Amino acid sequence: MAAQRDHRPRTEPRPATAAQPLGMFAAVLAQHQGAAVDSLHKLLIDRVSTLLTCTVMGIALALPLALWLLLQNLTLLGTGVDRTGSISLFMQQDDPAALHNLVAQLKARDDVAEATLITPEQALQEFEQKSGFGEALAGLDENPLPPVITVEPASDDGAEVTALYDYLQTLPGLDVAQLDLQWLQRLQAAVQLASQLALWLTALLGLGVVLVIGNTIRLAIANRSAEIVVIKLVGGTDAYVARPFLYTGFWYGVGGGLIALVLVEISLWTFGSPLTRLLTSYDPAFQLGGLGLQGGFLVVVASGALGWLGSAVSVIRHLRAIEPR
Amino acid sequence: MIKFDDVSKRYPSGHEALSHVSFALDDGELAFVTGHSGAGKSTLLKLIMRMELPSSGQLVINGQNLNKIAREQLPYYRRTIGLVFQDHQLLFDRSVYDNVALPLQIAGYDPREASRRVRAALDKVGLLRKETQNPLALSAGEQQRVGIARAVVNKPSLLLADEPTGNLDPELAVEVMGLFEQFSQVGVSVLIATHDHHLISRMRHRRLQLEQGRLIAGSPVQGQVKSPVKGTH
Repeated sequence: MAAQRDHRPRTEPRPATAAQPLGMFAAVLAQHQGAAVDSLHKLLIDRVSTLLTCTVMGIALALPLALWLLLQNLTLLGTGVDRTGSISLFMQQDDPAALHNLVAQLKARDDVAEATLITPEQALQEFEQKSGFGEALAGLDENPLPPVITVEPASDDGAEVTALYDYLQTLPGLDVAQLDLQWLQRLQAAVQLASQLALWLTALLGLGVVLVIGNTIRLAIANRSAEIVVIKLVGGTDAYVARPFLYTGFWYGVGGGLIALVLVEISLWTFGSPLTRLLTSYDPAFQLGGLGLQGGFLVVVASGALGWLGSAVSVIRHLRAIEPR
Repeated sequence: MIKFDDVSKRYPSGHEALSHVSFALDDGELAFVTGHSGAGKSTLLKLIMRMELPSSGQLVINGQNLNKIAREQLPYYRRTIGLVFQDHQLLFDRSVYDNVALPLQIAGYDPREASRRVRAALDKVGLLRKETQNPLALSAGEQQRVGIARAVVNKPSLLLADEPTGNLDPELAVEVMGLFEQFSQVGVSVLIATHDHHLISRMRHRRLQLEQGRLIAGSPVQGQVKSPVKGTH
């Protein structure tokens, strides 16, 4: 009996201060859930101002997003084309024997896969067929076209192709050597530069989004300072007080991300077909790519994280200052 | 439960709100803190709530020295105290039920246990049938009782009240004081700041009388009041 009585106090309810029927983890989880649902509910009640804030975010995010998407498409441009391409040698001398000799020499090189001579006669014939200027050309006294040797590099590597290109430029009797896909290289360089620009723009507008949310949350904190004081006096921790504001920022971010997606979809819809027409003239295999489901999801999550961050900045700066006085 | 040991509070402005105050309040005891406005009643409660730190002296509540509580520990300390405000400080964006449930939500109670306690507290103050209403729809007396329900729902060991009857007519004031007496009868220590002499003269409880920051009556702990007791006006 004595042993039983010893056990009794332990089975009795503990004092109010310690009695928390929920475990620590479950309790915090329930509070998170409550804060998430409550803050979303409050935002939905104040629909117009919520929509305005989300739209500001959405526009700020749509801009770098659209730019990034465009660059992504331009990077893919030309992947359908043989990347290294051939080198065209426009020759000054037109002695057939010397030209055939040169072609044979080039073929013998390790870094050359194939070398082909296009005589002025062949070129003229091809030109007549393709251009439709046949009659005009027939009126010419002599063939204005130079002989051309096309050289296919053995390697795909840009540096090796450039080395070969540099060597070919020293050939005797050469007028002009042209790397056929130089435009592609230039485009890629331009895209790279634009990517840097896009990154910078993204960082700036991301910062803008953080500040917009930070300011919105600052006002929300000021509006609810009386409530915050009461919560702190009945034992709310800093984390408990901060949570609804952090979730509010997160929801703003999610809303902004969704609006950004809609804006990007609209611009794809509007500019997509003229853009595709333009780009397929460079690369017939080109296909305009969108964000896709995964990309869209990522945008919304990243935007939500930005909103959370903006709110956290504000919460850290302003929440501690509100203390019961 | 409460032990003030030579506590003074001087504000940065130079105003000395409390000056060498010493007293003790036993577990389950009910006492009044009286005095004119500006005598230091609010400062005394703020020190207990640890909204302010004493400039000098020791303040021990429920075995905890308030000078040694870290900021992170403060919320957990405050959960052991129920606080009733003069202007009730209810939140008008939620129902009576949710107002009373707030301390339990914060402390992380299971919703079913919380619901049981909220209803018990509301029943105690006679407002169970108003639980779904917004506090704005209630009368001043009812609002004050909701505030009391919120203060006791977490079963605190100490209940503080700052002018709890200040906005109530005499009948309601008596009723509210009766509630506080009931809590002290079940073992809760209760400290009530009030200037309603008429009301408390009819109640047989200790009065801690403050005047210009000094404790001039109310059985201070013997030998610890260093300042001489001032004469009355």
